[in-house]
Amino acid sequence: MEAISSIKPLLAVIVSLIAAFLILLTGERARNLRESWTILASVVKFAIVFSMVSPILEGKVIEYTVISILPGLSLQFRVDALGILFALTASFLWIITSFYSIGYMRSLNEHAQTRYFACFAIALSATMGVAFSANLFTTFIFYEIITLSTYPLVAHKETSEAVKGARRYLAYLLGTSIAFLLLAIFLTYNAAGTLDFSNQGILAGKGSNALLTVIFILFMAGIAKAAMMPLHSWLPAAMVAPTPVSALLHAVAVVKVGVFTVIRVVLYIFGIDLLSRLGLGTALAYFASFTIIVASIIALRQDNLKLRLAYSTISQLSYIILGVALLTPSSMVGGIIHITNHAFSKITLFFCAGSIYCAAHKTKISELSGLGKKMPWTMTAFFIASLSMIGVPPAGGFISKWYLAVGSMEAKEIPILVVLLVSSVLNAAYFLPITYKAFFEKQDDAHLHDGYGHHDEIKEIPMVAIPLVITAITSILMGIYPDYFLTLAKEVIR
Amino acid sequence: MTAQAPILIIIIPLIASFLNVIIGLWRKRLCYPLVIITLSLSVILSISILNTVITQGVIHYRLGGWEPPWGIEYVIDHLNAFILIIVSFISFTIAIYSKRNVEQEFPEKTVYFYTIYLLLVTGLLGITITGDVFNLYVFLEITSLAVYALIAIGRDKKAPLASFNYLIMGTIGACFYLLGVGYLYIVTGSLNMADLGRLLPDLYHSKVVLAAFAFFTVGVAIKMALFPLHVWLPDAYTYAPSTVSAFAASTMTKVGVYVMIRIMFTVFEPRFSIVMLPSTEILGWVASGAMIFGCILAIAQTDVKRMLSYILIAEVGYIVIGVSVANRAGFTGALLYILFDAFTMACLFMAAGAVMHKTGETSIHGFRHLHRRMPLTMAAFSIAALSAIGVPPFAGFFSKWYLVLGAIDAGKWIFAVLLLLSSLLVAVAFFRIIQNVYFPPYEILIAGSEIALPSARNDKITLMDEAPMSMLLPIVIMAAGILLLGFFSGRIISTIIQFTVPGGF
Amino acid sequence: MEFIIGKFNYWIYIVLMMIGFYAMIAKSNLVKKLVGMNIFQTAIILFFISIGSKKGATIPIIQEGATGDAVNQAVNVARYINPLPHVLMLTAIVVMVSTFGVAMALIIMIFRKYKTLEEDEILEIMRSEENK
Repeated sequence: MEAISSIKPLLAVIVSLIAAFLILLTGERARNLRESWTILASVVKFAIVFSMVSPILEGKVIEYTVISILPGLSLQFRVDALGILFALTASFLWIITSFYSIGYMRSLNEHAQTRYFACFAIALSATMGVAFSANLFTTFIFYEIITLSTYPLVAHKETSEAVKGARRYLAYLLGTSIAFLLLAIFLTYNAAGTLDFSNQGILAGKGSNALLTVIFILFMAGIAKAAMMPLHSWLPAAMVAPTPVSALLHAVAVVKVGVFTVIRVVLYIFGIDLLSRLGLGTALAYFASFTIIVASIIALRQDNLKLRLAYSTISQLSYIILGVALLTPSSMVGGIIHITNHAFSKITLFFCAGSIYCAAHKTKISELSGLGKKMPWTMTAFFIASLSMIGVPPAGGFISKWYLAVGSMEAKEIPILVVLLVSSVLNAAYFLPITYKAFFEKQDDAHLHDGYGHHDEIKEIPMVAIPLVITAITSILMGIYPDYFLTLAKEVIR
Repeated sequence: MTAQAPILIIIIPLIASFLNVIIGLWRKRLCYPLVIITLSLSVILSISILNTVITQGVIHYRLGGWEPPWGIEYVIDHLNAFILIIVSFISFTIAIYSKRNVEQEFPEKTVYFYTIYLLLVTGLLGITITGDVFNLYVFLEITSLAVYALIAIGRDKKAPLASFNYLIMGTIGACFYLLGVGYLYIVTGSLNMADLGRLLPDLYHSKVVLAAFAFFTVGVAIKMALFPLHVWLPDAYTYAPSTVSAFAASTMTKVGVYVMIRIMFTVFEPRFSIVMLPSTEILGWVASGAMIFGCILAIAQTDVKRMLSYILIAEVGYIVIGVSVANRAGFTGALLYILFDAFTMACLFMAAGAVMHKTGETSIHGFRHLHRRMPLTMAAFSIAALSAIGVPPFAGFFSKWYLVLGAIDAGKWIFAVLLLLSSLLVAVAFFRIIQNVYFPPYEILIAGSEIALPSARNDKITLMDEAPMSMLLPIVIMAAGILLLGFFSGRIISTIIQFTVPGGF
Repeated sequence: MEFIIGKFNYWIYIVLMMIGFYAMIAKSNLVKKLVGMNIFQTAIILFFISIGSKKGATIPIIQEGATGDAVNQAVNVARYINPLPHVLMLTAIVVMVSTFGVAMALIIMIFRKYKTLEEDEILEIMRSEENK
């Protein structure tokens, strides 16, 4: 694979770091200037990422070494198809989320907005860093930066509930990464002598089967950001964050960093051959299936909208892991393309939750009766995104589930196919009632007293509603014209 | 000038301390500028020494022109030069910091404080630079006496007793060291480190040498507060004035480790310390105890300075583990850790001192919402805390990387696991404080019933009342160092540290 | 027998050192601890000096009245005891005295603040002050 050297990956990472610095400098005094830094940074970042796509589609790789920190270990970037797919998704969605954030924060007149926007920028910078990293060392550094920069975002509301949630968030993410992930990285370094990602994996033949299995288990336990059970509790706990945080970070950036790292470990550290020989692929697939089903069942029982979405996310992330774990071409394409599909759909769903909170100050599903009349755009977008999650054509989610199903048949794992079908039914079971309630149930008068004493008209806020319409439409477009991302995904497994 | 740098670096602070008494009794306000000028000179000299060592190799400086082993010789190799520059830079920075602290806590003793401070710096630089074991004892005692005096110089009522207990234990340690010197002298007739290194290998089977080694190790262990001989440290560093805690915490224990490395690997050969005696094994287990014990006790504290003292005990454990695994990676990690830990501890203690200066207390409860009042100080505190935990991209991560790598290379998996585990414990200890600073919980339990405290937006302390510039600048410099130096670890290792690793590793 | 009598200087210094050590650790009066420390250090100094002595040798000072060639001739080393430990111990005695001085200053400070020199009483006072 031909390698081009270019400083663009570093620029993509640094853009939002500079923005964070400028945001901190500008502060509350010049709010519009401060917001413009965020928007400018997100657009520039997307532009840089987009400009790197064409060489990747031609089969080339972009490399850049920043600095050699320790002898043999450098902060190095290597942009390939997988990385660019993730980066495109995250950076594009950041643009939309920035507008959404501004609308959300201003309508609720939230405090500490400077800290919010600055931490957001740093978190996105680190997300790009993970997407573009060339070795596990760089990945780990940016992985931890994400944890640290999102902690203030989770604790934003500063209520005791928020602080407790943030503490649990930090405990799970920091604890597993230091105790398990770092140990796994050391073991890999010790066994393979290097931490660079390679298409054939670096661990083949470098240790006994027992050692390699232990390393694999440590990796899976250490990448808690992928929210595999039983290390998933941080995600519901993080729902105390403001909704834009839940939307971009906990549906797109943070969790996708988790599954992205899992994919990197599976494909570029272990390699398909090694994993299938060790039988670990199948084991991981069944673990993921367990998470898919159980998380969906727990989602059914949630009344809080954001919590239901959180458990849905846990379930959907395991689809991606399942796709990669089955180790067949189609399933991997399905898993990888689901990164993007799920991102767009889930962010729409969270945006809707936030819009409902802003306009009507409601958080529980039982309170949503009849809301469809007052907030048609929001609830329609919700409906469309639900279709994508369930996997109904023409929404994008159908494409990923199709590939997953084909992949599971290729791998001759019929139980997995059953899991896919059952989980789709479960998805329908916990998504469709919400839309039904919103459009077809009568508005419950008892719920009108929402604690703010408003009997006001519930009006959708434009700056909040427009982004979610955009993302909902994109979800459909991804289903109708999937080729752009499909070619990228197929490029990964070439 | 550069040829005389080794002796100048000792003489300048020494003479300055005497000058300080005279000048201070004449005009008190001149003490502080004198100290700053002196220490900046010593920083410049230490940089020049480091430069000479890197470009030309080991420096041998003979006092008075007397040939070793009859005369005292100053030998500076990469290890010395490295520690020299750390000590002089930190002493310079903390001297800048000291002004407001002295003014607030004990203004009537300004002259004496700075005099003893300069003596302390002289002592530390002397320990680092000398090549003679008895000369080291002299400087060790100069250092110790200065520290005993400085700890008790403040207003805290508990300080004198803490200093007294430290004095008793420290004297035992120094006397053991002296006994070690004596035993070695009996069998070799020499006091010069290089000479001893040459003469001793023939005598390794002798019990006298064994006893000497034992005395050295225990004596130095007391001085550097290695568990379980650390008992004096928490009290001494908690009740000492902020400047003294910061300086002592960041330099004295590190110089103690340096002495241990010198004894184990220069005076005695590595094969003696590692193969013939299982001393590195024992040290490894003792150090693991230090790590775990220090971290667990840190979590139990309610006073920030006391918590930092226990973290310091754990940090000494880390460094000693790095030395004990006796391989290249571990040793590199230990030295890198010395550098970063000096910065981290200085920053943490200085920040705690700044809080004490502004709020009058250092309990964890007193840190509530402090980021509104002292945002820069708290940001620096958080950066240093994250470095102590070992999270990237801060410097502490890179040094811990090498320590764990060293443990794994030596096949000591248990040490690697303990290292990672203690990082988590340190994280728990620090996050209690960080959470209190940025996101304190709103309801606290008073007598069993929850009482809601006013919300963030109504809190009265919204004015920014940051620490004075002379305190803030050093804290920020240290924090910046922690942020940036981590990325230069590679260069530091390739230019300095890789030459300090003893042969045979 | 030879072991005990032949190395009597070691035995004496060990016994003295242990007496001092015991006083430092076990006694609760601060001044007694200090005295113990003194004994401890003195024992070590005695030991050092003892190792420099030789049978039938004299003190290492050149005879009075020797002039010219007698001074410049090589000294017959075997006739003098080793002066180096003496010199080293001069330094150590200075250190011991300064440590003693600092310790006394600390004790005076403690006495001024607590009005007692018994360690357990001081700890009691500290504890009661903390609880207030």
